[in-house]
Amino acid sequence: MDLGHAIIGAFGLVLSGDPDLTEIIGLSLSVTLSAVIAACVIGLPLGAAVGAFRFPGRTVCAVILNAFMGLPPVVVGLVVYLMLSASGPLGVLGLLYTPTAMVIAQTILVTPIVAALTRQVVEDLNAEYAEQFASLGVSPLARAGALLWDGRYSLLTVALAGFGRAIAEVGAVIIVGGNINHVTRVMTTTIALETSKGNLELALALGVVLLTIALIVNAMVMAVRALAARAAYA
Amino acid sequence: MSAPGPAPRRATAPGGSVIPLAAPLMEASGLTYSVRGRRLVDDARLVIREGRRTVILGPNGAGKSLVLRLMHGLITPTAGRVDWRGAPLDKAARRAQAMVFQRPVLLRRSVRANLAFALAVRGVARAARRPAIATALERARLTHLQSQPARVLSGGEQQRLALARALMTGPELLFLDEPTASLDPASTLAIETLIEEASAAGVTVVLVTHDRGQAERLADDVVFLQSGRVAEHGPASRLLSAPASEPLRAWLSGRLYVEAEKSSRIDI
Ligand SMILES: Nc1ncnc2c1ncn2[C@@H]1O[C@H](COP(=O)(O)OP(=O)(O)O)[C@@H](O)[C@H]1O
Ligand SMILES: [Mg+2]
Repeated sequence: MDLGHAIIGAFGLVLSGDPDLTEIIGLSLSVTLSAVIAACVIGLPLGAAVGAFRFPGRTVCAVILNAFMGLPPVVVGLVVYLMLSASGPLGVLGLLYTPTAMVIAQTILVTPIVAALTRQVVEDLNAEYAEQFASLGVSPLARAGALLWDGRYSLLTVALAGFGRAIAEVGAVIIVGGNINHVTRVMTTTIALETSKGNLELALALGVVLLTIALIVNAMVMAVRALAARAAYA
Repeated sequence: MSAPGPAPRRATAPGGSVIPLAAPLMEASGLTYSVRGRRLVDDARLVIREGRRTVILGPNGAGKSLVLRLMHGLITPTAGRVDWRGAPLDKAARRAQAMVFQRPVLLRRSVRANLAFALAVRGVARAARRPAIATALERARLTHLQSQPARVLSGGEQQRLALARALMTGPELLFLDEPTASLDPASTLAIETLIEEASAAGVTVVLVTHDRGQAERLADDVVFLQSGRVAEHGPASRLLSAPASEPLRAWLSGRLYVEAEKSSRIDI
């Protein structure tokens, strides 16, 4: 099959709503969304705590969070694999090669991103608000909550950045998911497999979808920024 | 000007004590704030009479903002004490104070939500917030802007909102740090009217200003700060008409007064 046919075939697959394609896209989105939600549940309070409170080891925490932003996905995949494999400490849960395993791996990858960027947002806001909050007598917990709320536009772009990173990620999910047809095949792993098999049509179709999603995410980031600027919330 | 070291200080009010016998609402004595050996506030004594309006004057960098923050408990003095009703300033006393900062710090929320925040912090129930906010909006003439994001308001509107929010908590004492510094006359008048209303309702006011006219309009008492020290402190009627200290005389007559650099101000 030549490239021209492959491209035409790819658009055919996308436009016809091919069921295999739809399934793969659906799993990609649900795994990534779950991971981003989990990462926000952990990362937002964590980042807020490091950004807003003074405690011993605070700087070390910030440095670690920043360093973990660049965790190599294959290493994360390997560690999660070892934890979940039959002989691993969490082997009894039988999670290896399930979408849940992929969610766990992606959560580990995205949480430091969310936490580190949240810390920066919250710390900057805190520098601006600290004296006013002290004057009003705001309690520490209420302060963290107020800082998160006032950083909501920036934090939305943080979550979108996490989503963008997770949906394009391949190394970790292929190790812990195993790329099993109809079970754990997501866009990136399918592209890797189908390309190696020479099935460029499906690989290209998924590539187009992935690119489109990346474009949409970026457009959303820009829209959020524009909204924030209009309300002088930047 | 007070001499450094243990030498006895000059009376704070030259020409005889002007402080009434009734215990003052606030009193700061020996108030000192040093950063890296620089005495930014130097052995200052301030007496704030309850229900009165004290205006703090002084050139740029005199330490006016630092004095406000020290008295409000936002920073801790290096030496000296701040008393509230005869006892050291504590958390409860701080809650009886409010402050409007030189640059208004407004939340990234609507005008309404900024006012509601102050009430929420003080644990006012949701149902009770509504009428309080409506009253505050009306008084600050911000009702028509209540749904706007606070940070798109004009400078004067932002300052009115900051002042309204400070008054939300029902303070006994209100600190204002140059609240009209960059405002036009109409906005200045609106702010001064709000201050006068609060004052008439019994709120003690401590106001920093650069504006001689504002001092004449608002001050009961005047504190003149120069290089972190209290150059003069007393009733406005006397200080503004017959200043005793050279820096205040110079300031009032519009002369440029530049103090010679004093090596004695550097701590070792
Ligand atoms: N945290 C700080 N560290 C070092 N110097 C400071 C600090 N805060 C204020 N200063 C200095 O103290 C002096 C008085 O400041 P400030 O009280 O803001 O003056 P103003 O009378 O203009 O309000 C200035 O010279 C300022 O640079
Ligand atoms: Mg100042």
